Amino acid sequence: MKFSRLILANLLRKKARLILTIGSFAVALFLFALLGVVNDAFGRGADVVSADRLVTINRTSIINTLPLSYRDEILRIPGVKYITHDNWFGGVYQDPKNFFPQFVIDPENQRQVFPELIVPDDQWKTFLNDRQGTVVGAATMKRFGWKIGDRIPIKTTLYGLQNKALEFNIDGVYHGEKREDDETQFWIQWEYFKESVPESMKGQVGWYTVRIANPDDAPRIAKTIDNAYINSPYETRTETESAFAEGWVKQFGNIKFLIMSIGTVVFFTLLLVTGNTMAISVRERTNELGVLKAIGFSDRAVLGFILSESMVIALAGCVGLLLAMGAIPALSRAMAGLLPPLFVTAKTLVYGLIAALVVGFASGILPAYGAMRMRVVNALRRV
Amino acid sequence: MVRVDGNGKAGSLIQVRGLDKTYRRGNEDIDVLQGLNLDVDEGDFVAFMGPSGSGKTTMLNLLGGLDVPTRGTISVAGDEITHMSRGKLTDWRARHVGFIFQMYNLIPVLTAFQNVELPLLLTKLSKAERRKHVETALSIVGLGERMQHYPRQLSGGQEQRVAIARAIVADPTFLLCDEPTGDLDRKSADEVMDLIKRLVKEYGKTVMMVTHDPLVAQQANTILHLDKGVLIEAGARQSVIAGGVS
Repeated sequence: MKFSRLILANLLRKKARLILTIGSFAVALFLFALLGVVNDAFGRGADVVSADRLVTINRTSIINTLPLSYRDEILRIPGVKYITHDNWFGGVYQDPKNFFPQFVIDPENQRQVFPELIVPDDQWKTFLNDRQGTVVGAATMKRFGWKIGDRIPIKTTLYGLQNKALEFNIDGVYHGEKREDDETQFWIQWEYFKESVPESMKGQVGWYTVRIANPDDAPRIAKTIDNAYINSPYETRTETESAFAEGWVKQFGNIKFLIMSIGTVVFFTLLLVTGNTMAISVRERTNELGVLKAIGFSDRAVLGFILSESMVIALAGCVGLLLAMGAIPALSRAMAGLLPPLFVTAKTLVYGLIAALVVGFASGILPAYGAMRMRVVNALRRV
Repeated sequence: MVRVDGNGKAGSLIQVRGLDKTYRRGNEDIDVLQGLNLDVDEGDFVAFMGPSGSGKTTMLNLLGGLDVPTRGTISVAGDEITHMSRGKLTDWRARHVGFIFQMYNLIPVLTAFQNVELPLLLTKLSKAERRKHVETALSIVGLGERMQHYPRQLSGGQEQRVAIARAIVADPTFLLCDEPTGDLDRKSADEVMDLIKRLVKEYGKTVMMVTHDPLVAQQANTILHLDKGVLIEAGARQSVIAGGVS
């Protein structure tokens, strides 16, 4: 503690340089947090999945449908507890930029398969009795300022509807059990969908979600489902919800690798910038460091002073993480519907802090080591 | 009593025997000091004179434990410092040596108080004790009213007086002054020399000083003359001046 004044005084020696260096850290850490959040958002599907759920899609691709008749057949497989089906509605509210996911659901089994998406019982009851009813995620409700009872027109070009607007009554709002849960969905009644689409689509579902009794049985049940429909006109591909979510993210490219690459470049550049700054700072006061050594400060003390300075700069740069915590919600609002809720997780903050300290240490260690090894007589000759 | 013949008494504060210092520049060996002997008693005030390159600063660095000799030994108050490890030498300097440099070498971002306090940060003194010591040192050098001033807010003479306060605050065994008036006008130089003489007379400090200035040198009790690495003259101040060193 008694050396803190000396360290602080040296840090504040060139305020503009200090601010710029801390700013570099802050910007890098802000970007780190942002990349972390985007990475989390893309990986969120894999994080929020349940171990006891399987997803069955058309083997060709998810845009190809499956017969509704599979539902009862799959339900009869030993180990399957519940099954529900969904269709991607792909609609637009007022303007194409107002994107959010709409799913045609099977109301009968929705809550059994997705118990973490909570709808109050009275609202759910109203929804079940309203063919044009919808249950909407809290985030989407907030985004558009909707309230229960509002009538919402949604247009879609899919299913031969040719931009025809279907109207829905908001009967309920669902909330996720966890913060990570997706609260942007718009649930549509299967019966209302079925009566609105052409005959050829009435018995076709987009995919099935199967809830099983024991997660350990997942490989067996998946294989049983797929074997049952092999060589049929609608072959299936069944995988765990986790594998399905990861596969979905991979369609966007290797996001994780991309983010890691950008993050690495950012921190390496930061290391060079900060290392150079520390080296200049040490070189400028070679003589003073020589004086400190002459009057009895040890080599280790000098090393400690310089490392402390670089570590303090790194810690001060963590303001970038705090800025990210404030700014990310705004970004989340702007991106609503495109990505699940965006927020800086504790994990990202901890990793950011560790990264800052590592860069702080790495940028300070070489100049500090040089100062530690410097001979006093050589240092005193420098003016 | 100062002797340069190597026959000083055993109880001398500083004993130097057969001191050589050779630097290597390229393929050439440069002998800076050759077979130097010196005995300095406690309370002596010795001035070293000599032309540039004669080895004065090198000798001061060796006496202060900032550099190690090629051959020979240096003992201070019974401690043989020439074979101490780097770490031990650092500790020894903190306890025994007060440095006063030509360019003052104050830390510009610290106040006069904080500069003087620096050597005390290495001790186990409490904050209150450190404050007391610093205030005493600054009052001795006549800067009790300038404690919160930064070096840039002080004149050259005042800066050097702060440096002297820093040198004496931990009550070292001896002071080493490298051209302490070299960067000062005559008036400030006189003030600084008056202060150093007071430290010798009133506080019994042992001072070794390198200077080019005969007027400054003659204020010491003894003047030694270094030329080409050899201590060639020793004696009363008048004899050195008569020797034409200027």
